[in-house]
Amino acid sequence: MQKTAEDQLSPEVVLAEMTKNGVTHVVWLPDSETNFLYQLMQAEPSLRLVPVSREGLAFSIAAGLSAGGQRPIILIQNTGLMESGDSLRGWAIGLNVPVVMMIGYRGWTRHGVNTDTAATYTERFLHAFGISYYLCESSADAPRISIAFEEAARTRRPVAVLMADEYHGFNR
Amino acid sequence: MLRTDDLLRIFHAHRGDAIVVPGRGGRHWGKISTRPSRDLPMGDPAMGGHAGFALGIALALPQNKVVLFDSEGDLLMSLGILPTVAELAPANFYHFMLDNECYATTGGQPVPNAKNVAYDVVARGCGYPRAFAFDDLHEFEAKLPDILGEPGPVLVALKVVPEVENVPIGQRKRWQTRTRDKVLADFREEFGLEGGTRR
Repeated sequence: MQKTAEDQLSPEVVLAEMTKNGVTHVVWLPDSETNFLYQLMQAEPSLRLVPVSREGLAFSIAAGLSAGGQRPIILIQNTGLMESGDSLRGWAIGLNVPVVMMIGYRGWTRHGVNTDTAATYTERFLHAFGISYYLCESSADAPRISIAFEEAARTRRPVAVLMADEYHGFNR
Repeated sequence: MLRTDDLLRIFHAHRGDAIVVPGRGGRHWGKISTRPSRDLPMGDPAMGGHAGFALGIALALPQNKVVLFDSEGDLLMSLGILPTVAELAPANFYHFMLDNECYATTGGQPVPNAKNVAYDVVARGCGYPRAFAFDDLHEFEAKLPDILGEPGPVLVALKVVPEVENVPIGQRKRWQTRTRDKVLADFREEFGLEGGTRR
């Protein structure tokens, strides 16, 4: 099904949610679902990008930033999240880090049948770790990002936002 | 090889007001440090993460020197941290690494290619502007003031005597004197941070 511009998730809207919520550092590994944010984040002077080469590294870095008084966000794909289980457990949950994880929801589809096991196991993984999450499919869902920040701060736990702008890869 | 408690005592004389993430040197550092509110002995939240945690602290508090005592087992598990540190190049980040060539807390099994990994070379290859390796305490002591006197990032690989533990984990005596929550609360108080943000 063809999506209209209104159905899509605008990178400007996502960036505005980050700045509105006082994000200081974006700890991230590029993925196809959030690639569209890259140039905007680079150009935003209030954000510092912290690139990692494996997603598990993001959790200890975010824990250090948070302990030092900063407000990081983690921006990774669901595949990397699943490999990061022990780091999520020990560094983020274990140290009560109030961090929002913006997770590229590879394989997500609202239509037809999911054929990507990355999507199959994403929500099951979050359930296993007791991580609260919000689905963000279009710009109309963007206020959920602020809800995630509020919940993370209130509970002092990581909270996920699943970026489910139906799998478009790099072709935007 | 160096003894970890000896090298930490030498470092203590040069510590100044640096933040210290003692990593697996924590069991000794807790008895040596005189400024515990500037120490972050996290124990072992998840193996491989000490360098990332210390990097986060260094980025968050750039006016403060951050000294990490990593281990080769942790670093091997997350070698990708090295290019991240090198790209961000925090001038306040001092990355010491205790290399006992084994997994001491699990009984002393060797790490992969234990005797033949040149971590200083790896660090330089990843873009660290300075990296050193020592297996002699006196050489380390002589060079330490220069290492700490220059801007980071720098990696210092230290060959240390293994302190192998064979007691079952459930029967080991805890070396931590504070919980992680207390460590972080003391640290936030020291730096005027409240609830994870600057006051």
